[in-house]
Amino acid sequence: MSNQTDTTSQPMLKSAVQQKVQASLSRRHRQERLFKFTGLTAVMISLALVAMLFINIFSKGLPAFWQTSITLDIYFDPAIIQISEKPVQRADESSNEFRERFLAWQGELGMINFNRLISDSLMQVLPDADQHRRQILRVVTSGERFALRDMVKDDPSIIGQTKRLNLLTDANIDVWLKGNIDRSLPDHQQQLSPVVQKWADDLYASGIIKNRFSFALFMNPDSRSSLASAGLAGAFMGSLFMMLIVMFLAVPMGVAAAIYLEEFAPKNKITDLVEVNINNLAAVPSIVFGLLGAAVFIGWFNLPISAPMVGGLVLSLMTLPTVIIATRSTLKAIPPSIRQAALGLGASKMQTIFHHVLPLAFPGILTASILGVAQALGEAAPLLLIGMKSFVATVPTSPFEQSTALPVQIFLWQGNELRNFFEARTSAAIIVLLTMMISLNGIAIWLRKKFEQRW
Amino acid sequence: MTRDHQDRIQQVQSITETGHSMNQQTELKMKARDVKVYYGNDQAIKGIDMDVVKNEVLAFIGPSGCGKSTFLRCLNRMNDTIDICRVTGTIELDGQNMYDPSLDVVQLRAQVGMVFQKPNPFPKSIYDNIAYGPKLHGLASKKSDLDDIVESSLQKAGLWNEVKDRLDQPGTGLSGGQQQRLCIARTIAVSPEVILMDEPCSALDPIATSIIEELIDELKANFTIVMVTHNMQQAARVSDRTAFFHLGELVEVGATNEVFTNPKHKRTEDYITGRYG
Repeated sequence: MSNQTDTTSQPMLKSAVQQKVQASLSRRHRQERLFKFTGLTAVMISLALVAMLFINIFSKGLPAFWQTSITLDIYFDPAIIQISEKPVQRADESSNEFRERFLAWQGELGMINFNRLISDSLMQVLPDADQHRRQILRVVTSGERFALRDMVKDDPSIIGQTKRLNLLTDANIDVWLKGNIDRSLPDHQQQLSPVVQKWADDLYASGIIKNRFSFALFMNPDSRSSLASAGLAGAFMGSLFMMLIVMFLAVPMGVAAAIYLEEFAPKNKITDLVEVNINNLAAVPSIVFGLLGAAVFIGWFNLPISAPMVGGLVLSLMTLPTVIIATRSTLKAIPPSIRQAALGLGASKMQTIFHHVLPLAFPGILTASILGVAQALGEAAPLLLIGMKSFVATVPTSPFEQSTALPVQIFLWQGNELRNFFEARTSAAIIVLLTMMISLNGIAIWLRKKFEQRW
Repeated sequence: MTRDHQDRIQQVQSITETGHSMNQQTELKMKARDVKVYYGNDQAIKGIDMDVVKNEVLAFIGPSGCGKSTFLRCLNRMNDTIDICRVTGTIELDGQNMYDPSLDVVQLRAQVGMVFQKPNPFPKSIYDNIAYGPKLHGLASKKSDLDDIVESSLQKAGLWNEVKDRLDQPGTGLSGGQQQRLCIARTIAVSPEVILMDEPCSALDPIATSIIEELIDELKANFTIVMVTHNMQQAARVSDRTAFFHLGELVEVGATNEVFTNPKHKRTEDYITGRYG
């Protein structure tokens, strides 16, 4: 049919070449369609997978940003908190003497049973609590007694007053109330005793227990004794320190190395060897860098185990080849005409590079650096080998203190025994990490656009 | 053609005929002797002797790959930037060998400026494009001096009236012909003695080309100009002398009208009459 219309509209006889061309046309178009279709399918599949990943992580992780807490009127009972006056540094006292007195006072504070304050207060809201005295402390997570202690430590005048406080409930209550455990399971398979289950439901119904935004997730370090208080602050600070170390070590070193190799180094066997090795280093599995870090930085240099300092050094080594390679390709992309123009005017090599090549390469170098840092931020494997997978219950204040990192924290929480609680926590940690990554990449794109020049 | 012009051509002819004549020494600007250029193992220039006379326009013509651009780039040592390139022989600028290791190439390039085939303004403002060279060499101590240099350079390049109201705008925003004049102005701003031009009009349309050609004619009063061109009409229009290159050799150099009307060599004649190239 279509053949007929063709011949009628084009009555002239086609040459042999034209006929051959036409015969091949439909095959060529079919190939093109097939190729387009394959590409489109690949894109759709990857998009679908990414969407599934995000939906999965967000649906699991977002609820963890809210956590059940109980509103209690805590009476700071002077009969329970029997403590001497908080020491104040006297004029005739050296700071060492004062420190000693203060530590003694803190010791006194540590002896006080703050759990009594919580259980006394719980008795007010739980009418049948008297019969289940041993169960009563399973309502509030065990770490909250330290929150009360710290309040007294900061301001002893609070003793004798009643304060309305939101205390985190036990992790198992959070799990129970969010429906993350099958309520139909028999009692002996439940984490909560029947009486605590009933209390939790009652208190939730009466609004004393509520689902509130969880500041603990961001403010607290990891915890194993009081699971509900486990937070990301320690890991976040660890990652932050490492990120800063990578920024101040790997980025300047990598950029300087790239500039030297690309612009100044003579092209000979030695530089060829260096180049090949840098390319190979970029392909070395990151865990090998962890081994190297353990051997060199911890073994030889005696740097502390599981410190962000060591982690930062290891990640710097790992990022260096990435930064060098990306920076070199950026420098290569600067048109030679700009260099010639500057050289032709009598600029020295150094002036040509610093006045013209680097400003043009700057957005690319910036992007390379930020992507390198982002890569380092997401790396867990090498950190495991330098001891950063140990449990650390404090927030580090310097890069030499022990710490974990965000990816390692995800790994640790993923393996926690209380799956019902930590599955959501893990996803929440992933969301925090992803947010950091996406913001870093966003900054990279924004800076690129801002500094991009056209020629 | 003015009488002066013809006189100068006469002098130049006497130089080329006698190799280098002592009594014309003052007129001589550059002197190349036995220049050979190698790219790795390939020899691109096979021993060229050439004189460049002060305030002349010398055009290099020849088929592609004949070595004319390579030789031009020898004259301010731009070939240094190519790693595998090796130059032997001597090229003197005002009697000093520019390949002498003690000579600073930065100073040489301030004396011998270069304009490239493709306009290559810096991605900066028009003002900064011109001011860069003078700043680099410390030619202006005050902002007002710099302003003067920028204005006079742009005026000499015939661009001032077109850009005086937008000096702060990027040089890359100009048209191709304006960009090339900007590049010429940028070169002039350093006050070189010789300007090398490597096919300065090959990327331009005929109108822009004729503007540049007029400009070259004016610049000749203050500068010595050596240019490579593929356009034989252009060589005939603007140059005082023409050199014909073929396969890395200098076949013939002489007064332009001589070379075009009465070439001494068969190869030159074949080329300019269009038999090959």
